[in-house]
Amino acid sequence: MLQDKDRIFTNLYGAHDWRLKGALARGVWDGTKGLVALGRETIVQQIKDSQLRGRGGAGFPAGLKWSFMPKENDGRPHYLVVNADESEPGSCKDREIMRNDPHRLLEGCLVAGVAMGAHTCYIYIRGEYVLEAQRLEAAIAEAYEAGLIGKDACGSGWAYDIYVHRGAGAYICGEETALLESLEGKKGQPRLKPPFPATVGLYGCPTTVTNVETVAVAPEILRRGVAWWTGIGRPNNTGTKIFSLSGHVNTPCNVEEAMSIPLRELIEKHGGGVRGGWDNLQAVIPGGSSVPCIPRTVCDSVLMDFDALRDVKSGLGTAAVIVIDKSADIIEAIANFSHFYMHESCGQCTPCREGTGWMWRVMTRLVRGQADLEEIDALLDVTYEVEGHTICALGDAAAWPIQGLIRHFRPELEKRILDAKKFGQVAAE
Amino acid sequence: MKVTSYRRGGGGGFAFTPESLEKAKGFIARYPEGRQASAVISLLYIAQAQNGGWLSPPAIEHVAEVLDMAPIRVHEVASFYTMFNLKPVGKHLIQVCRTTPCWLRGAADLTRACQETLGVGLKEMTDDGLFTVMEVECLGACANAPMVQINDDYYEDLTVERLLEIIEALREGRTVPVGPQTGRLCSAPEGGPQTLTEVPGSKAGKGADTDAGKGA
Repeated sequence: MLQDKDRIFTNLYGAHDWRLKGALARGVWDGTKGLVALGRETIVQQIKDSQLRGRGGAGFPAGLKWSFMPKENDGRPHYLVVNADESEPGSCKDREIMRNDPHRLLEGCLVAGVAMGAHTCYIYIRGEYVLEAQRLEAAIAEAYEAGLIGKDACGSGWAYDIYVHRGAGAYICGEETALLESLEGKKGQPRLKPPFPATVGLYGCPTTVTNVETVAVAPEILRRGVAWWTGIGRPNNTGTKIFSLSGHVNTPCNVEEAMSIPLRELIEKHGGGVRGGWDNLQAVIPGGSSVPCIPRTVCDSVLMDFDALRDVKSGLGTAAVIVIDKSADIIEAIANFSHFYMHESCGQCTPCREGTGWMWRVMTRLVRGQADLEEIDALLDVTYEVEGHTICALGDAAAWPIQGLIRHFRPELEKRILDAKKFGQVAAE
Repeated sequence: MKVTSYRRGGGGGFAFTPESLEKAKGFIARYPEGRQASAVISLLYIAQAQNGGWLSPPAIEHVAEVLDMAPIRVHEVASFYTMFNLKPVGKHLIQVCRTTPCWLRGAADLTRACQETLGVGLKEMTDDGLFTVMEVECLGACANAPMVQINDDYYEDLTVERLLEIIEALREGRTVPVGPQTGRLCSAPEGGPQTLTEVPGSKAGKGADTDAGKGA
C-alpha cells in the first residue's frame, strides 16, 4: 500500500484549508521558480522519463504529447487547455483536486504551460461543477495576488495567465476537439484529425489539451525526481493514481494509490470490500463506463494499470472502478450506459447518432428478454459497425460496454430470452 | 443528443441589466480580441439567471447581439447544452443523476419518490412554480452516489427519506447543508479516511513560513 509520504493529493478529502495558505503548508508552489527555470526541454524530457501516462482515459504518454507542440514559435500563441470536463460515469477524481487542492492544479498549469511554450491556459470545467469552478476562480485570484501567476509568474520572468471556462452539460466536450469547439463558443462537436490540436488547436493555434490529474502531478514529479515516480507501480505504468470506487462496495471513496495495485486489494482495503463479500461480486467496470466489464474470475488477480487491464480486454480508463454485486441486473446496468451514450452522442456522425439509439433499444429489450437469440449476435455486429467508424471515440465507447457484456455474460442474456419465451408460451396457453 | 423544441414567442423582451452586462464584460475579457464568441456559454448563464432560470428566445438573441454573433449560432449553443433550459423551470430544479453508479445505489427510487411527492412527471413544474424534476446523466459524484443536483448544489449520499426531507425544507424556505448528507468528509470512505492520516503535519510549516512560491 502506498504510504502517505508518497501521496501527492494530501488534501484529497478536504480536511484542510484549500486556500493558498493551506496549499503552501502542504508544499504546493514550493520552489516553482526553479521548476520553471528548468526550461521547456528539460521539463518535457523529465516527464517523458517518468513514463507518466495521461490520466484522462486514453493513457497516452504525457511527455510525448507535450513534445508535439511546435518548437519554434511562428507568431501564433500557444495554448494549454486543461480538460476538467470530468463526465465519464464512475469518475469523480478531478472534482476532488479542484475543490480541495486547486493550487496544485494551478502550479501544474504553470509548469506544463512552460513545457509547451504557452503563456495562456484555459481550464475547461464541466458546467455542473459550480462549487469547483468557484474554488478555482478564488485560487486563481489568490495566485495572481501572490505573484505566482501573472506577468512574472513566481518571479521566473515567464508571463502566464490562467482562466476558468465553464461548460454547460455535454459529455462530448471531454473529447479534446469537441472541447476546443466549445471553448470557441460553438456546439461541442468533434473535429476531424489531422490536423491535430498541437498544430491547429484553439483559435487555429498550437494547443495541447490535457487532463487535470496529469497536469496536477507534474510539478511533484519534477520536484521529487523521476526516480521517485518510476519507483511506484510497474514499468510503463508508473506513479500514483487517484482511483474512484463506486457502486456495490461498502465504503465508496476516492483514494490515491500506487498504480498497478491489485484490484482486489484496492476494493478490500479502501472500498471496505464488496457488499456481501467477495463471493457476492458479479463484475467490475474498472475504468469508467467506456471500458468493458470484467467478471469476478478476472477480478481475483488483475492489476489496476493500463497494460494489465488491456491484456484482459478492458482498460484503466480514468481508473473509475464501478463494482456490481450479484443483486444487480448486469444487463440493465449496461443498458443504462447505452442510454447514457445515446443521450450524449453529439449527432454529427450517422453510425453513432443512429447506432447508439439502436443499441439502446435492443439492450432495453434484452433486459426484459424480449428478443430472439440471434439478436445477440446482431447487436454485437452493430457494435462493430459503430466502433471505429466515427470522428471521435464516443462511438467506440458506446460499443465497448456491450461487447464486454456479450463476451462475459452471454449465457445470462440467453437465459433471459429463453425464460421470457417460456413464460410467454405459458401465458399464451 | 439533446432533443429540444422551442416555445413559440413568450418570454417578453430581454436585455441585460447593468450588473449583468458588467459581469458579461468580465467574461468577454478572458478571450483574445475578436474571440468574444468564446464567452457565449458564460453569457447564456448570466441571461438564464436574470431570466428566472430559463432562456427565452429574446434572451438568446440578446446574447447574440452583445457578442456580435449570428442569432442562429447562439440558438445552436443554447439548444445543444443540457444546462440551458428552454422553457420555464421551478425555483428549485431537481436533477437526479440516473447513470449506472447512482442507479446501482438507488437513483431510480429517488426519481420515483420525487415525482410521487411532488405530483409531477419528469421535466414538469409543480403548480406553485417551486419545483421541476428531471433525470440527468452522470454528474461526476459517483463515490457519493446516489445524488441529486438542486440548482447549483450537490446533495450526496442520499436516501429516499433524506431527499424528501430536503424537498420539504426547500418548500418551507429553510436552508439545507449541501454535500454528503451522512456527515462524511467529501469522498473519504464512510467511517473516516484510511489514508492521509499522517499527512499534512509532516509537511506543515515547510512552505508556510518561507515564502515558498517566490523562493528557490
